[in-house]
Amino acid sequence: METDIAVKASKLSRHFGTFTAVDEISFEVKKGEIFGFLGANGAGKTTAIKMLCGLIKPTSGEAYVAGYNINTDSSMVKKHIGYMSQKFSLYEDLTVKENIEFYGGIYGLSRKEIFEKTKKLLSELHLEKMRDSLTKALPLGWKQRLALSTALLHDPSIIFLDEPTGGVDPISRKNFWRIIYEIANQGKTVFVTTHYMDEAEYCNRLSVMFKGKIIEIGTPTELKNKYNKPSIQDVFIELVTRN
Amino acid sequence: MLPIISIKNFSKSFGKTKAVENLNLDIEKGELFGLIGPDGAGKTTTIRTIVTLMAPDSGEIYVNNLDVSKDIRKIRSITGYMPQRFSLYPDLSINQNLNFFANLFDVPKKEIAGRKKRLFQFSNLEPFANRLAGQLSGGMKQKLALSCTLIHNPVVLILDEPTTGVDPVSRNEFWIILKELKSEGVTILVSTPYMDEALKCDRIAIMHEGSVLAHGKPEALTALIDNNIYKLTGSGLINKYIDSIVQITGILSVQSFGDSLHLTFPKLTSEQEINDKIKDILKQNFMLKQIEPTIEDVFIALVEGKSQNGN
Repeated sequence: METDIAVKASKLSRHFGTFTAVDEISFEVKKGEIFGFLGANGAGKTTAIKMLCGLIKPTSGEAYVAGYNINTDSSMVKKHIGYMSQKFSLYEDLTVKENIEFYGGIYGLSRKEIFEKTKKLLSELHLEKMRDSLTKALPLGWKQRLALSTALLHDPSIIFLDEPTGGVDPISRKNFWRIIYEIANQGKTVFVTTHYMDEAEYCNRLSVMFKGKIIEIGTPTELKNKYNKPSIQDVFIELVTRN
Repeated sequence: MLPIISIKNFSKSFGKTKAVENLNLDIEKGELFGLIGPDGAGKTTTIRTIVTLMAPDSGEIYVNNLDVSKDIRKIRSITGYMPQRFSLYPDLSINQNLNFFANLFDVPKKEIAGRKKRLFQFSNLEPFANRLAGQLSGGMKQKLALSCTLIHNPVVLILDEPTTGVDPVSRNEFWIILKELKSEGVTILVSTPYMDEALKCDRIAIMHEGSVLAHGKPEALTALIDNNIYKLTGSGLINKYIDSIVQITGILSVQSFGDSLHLTFPKLTSEQEINDKIKDILKQNFMLKQIEPTIEDVFIALVEGKSQNGN
């Protein structure tokens, strides 16, 4: 397998009974890329992400994530990825620092590593002032940063962000995307889903899923030129209504 | 006579958290009114108080001349409320869900068929009438929930973030339905975190941290910005050049919008001057154009203005 590829899916499918949620999708994501995974509600995005994270098995096809086969090596996949969803899984009654320490323990980091990581993450995410605040007292934008920092604790090479900015105010959303750029600049791969089409424009490359298939893939500029539309929002509406 | 929804000095706290502070708003009959703001702005608290699910700590709210603190039953019979997480019965069909809600709201038996027919005209769900609600797509579920909310012909329709987490195509379809309902005379109060949906409303209130920052017609709000906004397009802006652009003398704000940047300058700064400074930084092709502010620009300007005045 080539070393500059972070995710490679080949004819990946998943059926639920007679329903085909994901229908033979094939694509590659390069290391350090910010890859936007777009699609209408019910298009199969979540099922695809769950397979890539090693949480459910494909019905057929295969994929390599961080160099590991999701069919045969799903526990290694889980060790090398980070995952953050819209429903941030944080403990509301723990402080910011305690949440980081808790997740450090879960990921099997040593005491020394936890101490160093906590310090580094609090600084990187500009959360030092809030370290001893209860998580439930944090504004949503801060919670979102904390959820991201816990998903990065074990230094994964790929991070999956499933609608990370839903309901968050525009200023926090923009700040969050600057952090995503910093993460990508460190060489980590960012795999992100969103319903905000202005955020899709921030991605290096995009795919659009519809009824289980990937119907389009390319850079935002390529897609806008191909369909002669001023924005990704317009490209998306064109693709989904045409199919 | 009062406006159809009248909110006077309304406040509500949860413990030490002030969810809404001293809110004043009037919504006129037949309006499509938007509460625009992020999570935590106080939209849901305001809506839940209007529909009598909780009482105000202080202040008064009237719906169609009825007091939310006293006339709870009457208000519930004339309002249709779609909460953020609507409850449909997944193991009942579309048809059965509509019948259930019709019975719950005491719709006369002989009127049910006619009302369903009318709702199917909006929703286009008739071909799927016998499909179980649990097997519908997200967009269809949302249309069914809206139909269930409308089965008792409410005078006022109140929707709490009906389009959050919904894809752009279903969002568009949903707003088309709201416009149709409005043309039939229904007053609609809708909350949304999507700033672009503000333009689809007659009037909006921009909410942030429990208070209204500004309200009025969308075009009147964009006119509030008395600086010039320029759209800058070019490659590598966000990941390479943004930090240098922020340093330009006189620049008031830099915000990323998709693949371009919005730069705010005082009216006195000439476009030529800005163009020269950007040329120095980018040393490549770019496009600079003065634009009309968007509602998102207004939100950012109001929030940043508030924190500057406050601190």
